[in-house]
Amino acid sequence: MNGRRPFVLYTAMAFGYAFLYLPILAVIVYSFNESRMVTVWGGFSTRWYGELLQNRQILDAAQRSLLIATVTASFAVAFGTLAGLALARFGRFRGRGVLGLVTSAPLVMPEVILGLSSLLLFVSLQGLIGWPERRGMTTITIAHITFCICYVTVIVRSRLVQMDQALEEAAMDLGARPWKVFFVITLPLIAPALIAGWLLAFTLSLDDLVVASFTSGPGSSTLPMLIYSKVKLGVTPEINALATIIIVLIATAVTIAGIVMHRSAARANR
Amino acid sequence: MWATVVADLFRFVGTWGREIRDSRGRHLVTALPLLYLVAFFLVPFLFVLKISFATSTIGQPPYTPLFAWGEDGALTIRLVFENYRALLGDPLYVGAYLNSLWFATVATVVCLLIGYPIAYGIARARPAVRVVLLVLVILPFWTSSLLRSYALIGILRTNGVLNQLLMGLGIIDQPLEILHTNFAVHIGIVYNYLPFMILPLVATLMRLDFTLLEAAADLGARPASAFLRVTLPLSIPGIVAGSLLVFIPAVGEFVIPDLLGGPDSLTIGRVLWTEFFTNRDWPLAAAVAVAMLALIVIPIMLFEWLNERESRRDEGRASGAP
Amino acid sequence: MSNARRPGYAEPWQDPAEEPFVRIEGVTKTYGKVYAVDDVSLDVFRGEFFSLLGGSGCGKSTLLRVLAGFEVPDRGRVLIDGVDMTRVPPYLRPVNMMFQSYALFPHMTVAENVAFGLKQDGLPKAAIADRVRQMLDLVRLGGLEKRKPDQLSGGQRQRVALARALAKQPKLLLLDEPLGALDKKLREHTQFELVNIQERVGTTFIMVTHDQEEAMTMSSRIAVMDAGRIVQVSTPSNLYEYPATRFVASFIGAVNIFNATVLSQDGDRVLARAHDLGIDVVARSGQPIPAGIDIGIAIRPEKIDVAEEAPTRADNVIDGKVVEIAYLGDVSIYHVETAGGAILRVQETHAARSADPHYNWGDRLYLVWNAADAAVLTS
Repeated sequence: MNGRRPFVLYTAMAFGYAFLYLPILAVIVYSFNESRMVTVWGGFSTRWYGELLQNRQILDAAQRSLLIATVTASFAVAFGTLAGLALARFGRFRGRGVLGLVTSAPLVMPEVILGLSSLLLFVSLQGLIGWPERRGMTTITIAHITFCICYVTVIVRSRLVQMDQALEEAAMDLGARPWKVFFVITLPLIAPALIAGWLLAFTLSLDDLVVASFTSGPGSSTLPMLIYSKVKLGVTPEINALATIIIVLIATAVTIAGIVMHRSAARANR
Repeated sequence: MWATVVADLFRFVGTWGREIRDSRGRHLVTALPLLYLVAFFLVPFLFVLKISFATSTIGQPPYTPLFAWGEDGALTIRLVFENYRALLGDPLYVGAYLNSLWFATVATVVCLLIGYPIAYGIARARPAVRVVLLVLVILPFWTSSLLRSYALIGILRTNGVLNQLLMGLGIIDQPLEILHTNFAVHIGIVYNYLPFMILPLVATLMRLDFTLLEAAADLGARPASAFLRVTLPLSIPGIVAGSLLVFIPAVGEFVIPDLLGGPDSLTIGRVLWTEFFTNRDWPLAAAVAVAMLALIVIPIMLFEWLNERESRRDEGRASGAP
Repeated sequence: MSNARRPGYAEPWQDPAEEPFVRIEGVTKTYGKVYAVDDVSLDVFRGEFFSLLGGSGCGKSTLLRVLAGFEVPDRGRVLIDGVDMTRVPPYLRPVNMMFQSYALFPHMTVAENVAFGLKQDGLPKAAIADRVRQMLDLVRLGGLEKRKPDQLSGGQRQRVALARALAKQPKLLLLDEPLGALDKKLREHTQFELVNIQERVGTTFIMVTHDQEEAMTMSSRIAVMDAGRIVQVSTPSNLYEYPATRFVASFIGAVNIFNATVLSQDGDRVLARAHDLGIDVVARSGQPIPAGIDIGIAIRPEKIDVAEEAPTRADNVIDGKVVEIAYLGDVSIYHVETAGGAILRVQETHAARSADPHYNWGDRLYLVWNAADAAVLTS
């Protein structure tokens, strides 16, 4: 192989990865800074993590966000699996075009539009039928499920497409009814995709600022909303610590899930 | 004799009944997500459209009704085009539009330039290395753009990591003013959207048969010409998909220009946010959303079409010829 | 080696009193505007090893899927053992299928795979275990019960798939390219094994294959399909010796086909003018063929004799020049060019050991064949 080109390639790659990771690494490093001055290194300390755990406001918001993310992810996986199944397995059916559109458009739709349109729906519904009475965790969750379904659909669908459809046909041929085929054959084989989809939906919901800002009501600030209001005031060590916790948690979960999925995919493809 | 006829008859009826039940199951599978998304994704656009034709008032909700029953029982519809006239007439909004398009375009091009070599390297790496490199690209995608923009603030600030580094190395003696400029927004958008460009590119490049390059070399093509005439044309689907994944959301981006940009880094996303949260002019915000949609509806259609074509091809390959 | 030639094997399709076991009546299946299966009717009898043979896209797999219940035909009926199965879903049919990819459930062991169908029937545990052991013995896989499919070789997986499909004692077993994923050596061995198992269990088999050799070796009868239609249904030897159409003649084995116009017919001897050869030839046909119509004449390469001197008494003789020679060990193939420019393929068997081919490039020789060996193709 040409000796010069890989060098250029590797340099480009090294810069790319450095660009992706240096800012995050800086946040993590400075979260252990003793000094309140975020520019001066005052020695290693976990002091800001301790202060974080005393902060009622942050803990409340975190609890709220985790609850929303859990519910969102579970519903998104249920709906997304059905949508992925329909798109990958049912061939042509009425409504396929619409389903294809509504499960892919939210992937690229700017968040401000998703947020505003959800809010206007809720406000109009309230005027028309009196529900939802007030905005808060329920409305945030409903809006989050909407865009998370699409990510789950993409993952489940591509997994189903990779899976040999003859497996399901064989089960049916051997006497299993469609629902049984789904639970005994399809579901166990796409389980890794469901885990990945759940995790992705969970983090997307946990991370979301814009849609939550539009659809939340008084007293239901989520963690990102709280972070945003603090970030607007400047960089603080507490936020560094909080960001570090979130990043490390998510990175760990994703890495473990990735390893599990990779193993099972390797086994299935052997 | 009669017993078998009756048994067959029963079996026949039973079969039909079951088939109807099973196809009901299918309808249920399709209908649940479809109804949810139509109700909470598609229908809301109608309300956005409706409210964009209303006037802002002080009240709850803060806009005038579109439909009203007159005293004679007649339905009157009041459409107000004021919001759209403002959007088209006010240089503030027009400027925000052009800014958004500019930010999105630059981000797409820069992401492609940075992302392509990375994607190429990933696609050509040994499988074990490839997995690690891919995970490293995907990981930032799982952290929110809020946190990543926040991380960039720490780097780009006047007394941030970058300036300290450059001054420490003696390259500059005055700190660079990067934060709260358009340049910072460019960096932020590229930083946030780079994985969206890399992932579809990797998918396309991994499908590419690298013996094609050897064939091209064998036929006398130099590496550069083999790249331009074989690799690049064959990776166009990935380039288009990645570009759409960066361009469309970048047009409406709010968090990055808000946190990293200056007062003049005005984008549609920020205008929408300000009109809604600060000025509480919901109808104008709705009109901004409608105008933004008009801008991205064609790229979205293109994205949907590509998506559908891609999945169908994969499905065709998986199930084989009938 | 095929069933048809085995002594004592009845030929139920010859017996008008015999009820067909599987009856396909005018089945048509379209995808959009494409006719995958176009008005196909077919009878298969109890105990047959029946093959659907054709190139890719000829509709053979679709027809198999109609039999399995994965596809509902647009028109026509499917009867199995006298019961209309056209709209019966796959899970209620007394039919099982062996898939081309084997479709072994990767998350289940070999035993669980074989037991799957029996469990759906709600059989008691002990009965299932018995039957699983019996089936694994049948395919000689005893001792591998606890393995997962990914711990098996290709040949073992193929046998698990067979055991699983036979476990429910289906009235009809469908096999979709059952040997397609095996390498050549294993394939030849497995062909015979599959036929033996079929004879032992007595189940009716319908197999889809694109491999004419496989179909010839294993089948009692073969249906040759092309473009969604059945071109000819017959025993392997009949298909080879008496092809009905040019497609069948050229699909199965090598053949020389030339265009001719019928001059006269005397009993089963047809005299025709072969335009490509520039001579009149005699061929055999059971059917009356009016003079003046255009036909094709097919003659297999191994049915042509080669002579250095012009024979005195022969049905058909033509002289030519050797232009190509291929030595294949057991046989040699010669391409012989006639005066008119037509090229005939001739095969000579090497019964005795000799390093040298009989003929050389450019040698002139005579090609001789009997009328009885040449088939008349009317379409």
